[in-house]
Amino acid sequence: MKRATLFPYVIWMALFIVVPMLLVLYYAFTVPTDAGATWSLDNFSRFFEPIYLRVLGRSLRLAVISTIICLLLGYPAAMVMAGNAFSRKSVILLLFVVPMWMNFLLRTYAWLTLLERNGVINVLLNALRLPNLNILYTESAVVLGMVYNFLPFMVLPIYSVLSKIDKGVIEAAGDLGANSFRVFTRVIFPLSVPGLVSGVTMVFMPALTTFVISRLLGGGQFTLIGNLIEQQFLVVGDWGFGSSISVVMIVLILFSMAIMSFFEGEEKSVALW
Amino acid sequence: MVRKGKLVLLVLVLVAFSLSLAGCGQEKPTLYVYNWGDYIDEDILGEFEKEFGMKVVYDTYSTNEDMYVKIKSGGSNYDVIFPSEYMLTRMLQEDMLEKIDLNKIPNHKHLDERLMGTVYDPKNEYSLPYLWGTLGILYNTTLVDEEITSWDVLWDAKYKKQILMLDSQRDSIGAALIKLGYSVNTHDVDQLAEAGELLKQQKPLVLAYVVDEGKDKMVSGEASLALTWSGEAMYAISENEDLAYAIPEEGTNVWFDVMAIPKGAKNLEGAFKFMDFLNRPEIALRNTEYVGYSTPNVAARAMLPEEVRNDTQAYPSDEDIENAEFFVHLGDALRHYDRVWTEVKAH
Amino acid sequence: MVKFLKRSYVYLIFAFLYMPIAVLMVYSFNDSRSRGMWGGFTLRWYVELFQDRTIMSSLYSTLLIGVVSALVATIIGTLAAIGIHNTRGIQKKVIMNITYLPVLNPEIVTAISLMILFVFARVRLGYLTLLLAHITFNIPYVILSVLPKLRQLNKHLYEAALDLGSTPTQALWKVIIPEIMPGIITGMLLAFTLSIDDFVISFFTTGSGVSTLSITIYSMARRGINPKINALSTIMFTFVLLLLIVVNVRQAREEKKGRNGKNGSKRQVSSLGARLGGV
Repeated sequence: MKRATLFPYVIWMALFIVVPMLLVLYYAFTVPTDAGATWSLDNFSRFFEPIYLRVLGRSLRLAVISTIICLLLGYPAAMVMAGNAFSRKSVILLLFVVPMWMNFLLRTYAWLTLLERNGVINVLLNALRLPNLNILYTESAVVLGMVYNFLPFMVLPIYSVLSKIDKGVIEAAGDLGANSFRVFTRVIFPLSVPGLVSGVTMVFMPALTTFVISRLLGGGQFTLIGNLIEQQFLVVGDWGFGSSISVVMIVLILFSMAIMSFFEGEEKSVALW
Repeated sequence: MVRKGKLVLLVLVLVAFSLSLAGCGQEKPTLYVYNWGDYIDEDILGEFEKEFGMKVVYDTYSTNEDMYVKIKSGGSNYDVIFPSEYMLTRMLQEDMLEKIDLNKIPNHKHLDERLMGTVYDPKNEYSLPYLWGTLGILYNTTLVDEEITSWDVLWDAKYKKQILMLDSQRDSIGAALIKLGYSVNTHDVDQLAEAGELLKQQKPLVLAYVVDEGKDKMVSGEASLALTWSGEAMYAISENEDLAYAIPEEGTNVWFDVMAIPKGAKNLEGAFKFMDFLNRPEIALRNTEYVGYSTPNVAARAMLPEEVRNDTQAYPSDEDIENAEFFVHLGDALRHYDRVWTEVKAH
Repeated sequence: MVKFLKRSYVYLIFAFLYMPIAVLMVYSFNDSRSRGMWGGFTLRWYVELFQDRTIMSSLYSTLLIGVVSALVATIIGTLAAIGIHNTRGIQKKVIMNITYLPVLNPEIVTAISLMILFVFARVRLGYLTLLLAHITFNIPYVILSVLPKLRQLNKHLYEAALDLGSTPTQALWKVIIPEIMPGIITGMLLAFTLSIDDFVISFFTTGSGVSTLSITIYSMARRGINPKINALSTIMFTFVLLLLIVVNVRQAREEKKGRNGKNGSKRQVSSLGARLGGV
């Protein structure tokens, strides 16, 4: 019976995820010529030039840094929220989500106002006779923007898993002589891994392909993979090249997830290959 | 079980309701207009609806490229669109536009002769200018104490990290090309490479490559110089009197946003009436006052307050217009521009 | 003391999250259109907001699409997650990897490929296509939220329920669903959030006459976002905040009543309440 619940999704998936993906593959593997579209690997070979690989490298680096920071900031927050520091958990949860209901572009513009040389933060710092913070238009600002935007995506799944860890298990560990640290490393953390994996997935992947944050907070100085792809589709009109870059990225990520899952085994990971 | 039933019912009702909206409002003849955001005095739409008994469905887009993809895909039907001139040339080459019947748009006689009959649409068979301007340099007179006469000032090391360039391939590469004395529409790979080198040299001096947020930065004094369009410049100057706008002597680019009709538009008559309506002097006046960009409508311009209509920053002289180039579609050469641009950004 | 430190940490995170919102709200009262300077206090943007037909209609569309797509995606996604949890091997791998595609794909790729699909299938772009697109990118996030909860589930709960005489459907409804409810709620919240904030996919899959708030706002980017939008955001934010306060106060009152009222039954119910993680 439980398998049957999968049915509606499989149909949806086939129609709206698989078919469009086939279209993308079609564009990636063909080039328009005078005789129509012919199969070719040109789009892919174009990508493997130093300049584009550099863009990919930078995007990967920034996405990894942002994901790690989200993890370091978000995990403790989720733990505190799931614990007994707050009584009205649903309210706290919603408070986390509500900022994201304000338009993303608006919030990013607000960061410009905050981070500018004469921006709000510096005005405050000056009033307190502290040195200025000039991170706008550097990679740090881009990472800040990414962390700001994706933090709730990390916190929510971890919180939802942590909140249901059987308190009895924790008590038992304590009774058996483990101190808080060991309780955490040996009991709580391993049990929370499924939520963690979900969180990392929902942060790392969009962080890799975002383009608005790097354009606004990076001052357009850091072309990331997302910018490059958007350029191809819209400005240059080279859908083939844009598609091929996307395909390369997807293959890369799925491949690395496969390697990770190989080490973790079926139990913990959600991504299998 | 009861709760489940209620939930399913609620969802079905909502879905049905939202779908029913898809087939709504088809009683009156409808005009579908596609324009930039915040680019028209919206009261005008209501007045048009009343006078001509038509319903106006007004949608917005944020860039020419977005609009192009939507129109090209054929999934949506618009009667009037407002492309920029370079996008117009592209759509013309790809046969995506309907001809306009100037006889049905008598008010076109108010449009400035100098701005009609351009290289890309010599007889205005497909487009009429809506708003226009120039590409130039916006600067803060308290931070820049010299007169701006040349593009070179954007490469002056004195203004390190005080310069804003545009995050737009054609405009920034264009500025470099003009500085080198080449055409902004060049297909020559070597000339492009030279421009690329210039831009790479400039990069350490650039604070940021901005789009629209640049004008707020100039207003707040974050930067001293910005490559920008005259429309943006006029807005910034209205917010901060210390700012001024100049067109370098080497020449520049004149840009237009034009009105055009996509092929297959269902309401041609309505489209002509709308274009005619927009060119009525009082209407054109209201638009230019609301948007703040220069109007090509001579009668409307005459009704502007004196400081505005004679302001050479907004309405440049004949020589400046003669000296300027219009962007045309680059076709395959776009790839080379993109390559150069990516190299500059990744530098 | 420890509690105080814990709370402070979360408050700090909140400060980080809400700083830009505060800036947004302040500028909704700015008499100047520019973000670059303060022109004085005014309420005119609030007045102009309600006269703006485009913004009002796009707000309506946004909320409608947000709620409907979140609901549908939650239903399909939860059922899917349950199904996936019970699949093994190659089938599971294939399904999971396909599920990741909308999350992985750059939005522009998803947007354009969906648009081509709709045009190719001669479906007129409009509310329907917009809704379908939103549901499509929402479902993976629901699955990713519910799946971890399913893993956490005690495997024998379902069997125990069947042994005790319930039908599979009843077991699903009365046992499984309540246990994974935090994941479902999280998924629905995420789906709604993603939906109302989406621009790229919405822009390319919608048709004439249907604009979302995001599209309207992004379209203003070239001209500088009109402070009317700040005013709208402030109103929306205040509204939600008030709602939260009301809910909070009501919950506090009910808890007080519970403490003063019948203690016995409350004990049994409270363990179930704890199970729901307070959501």
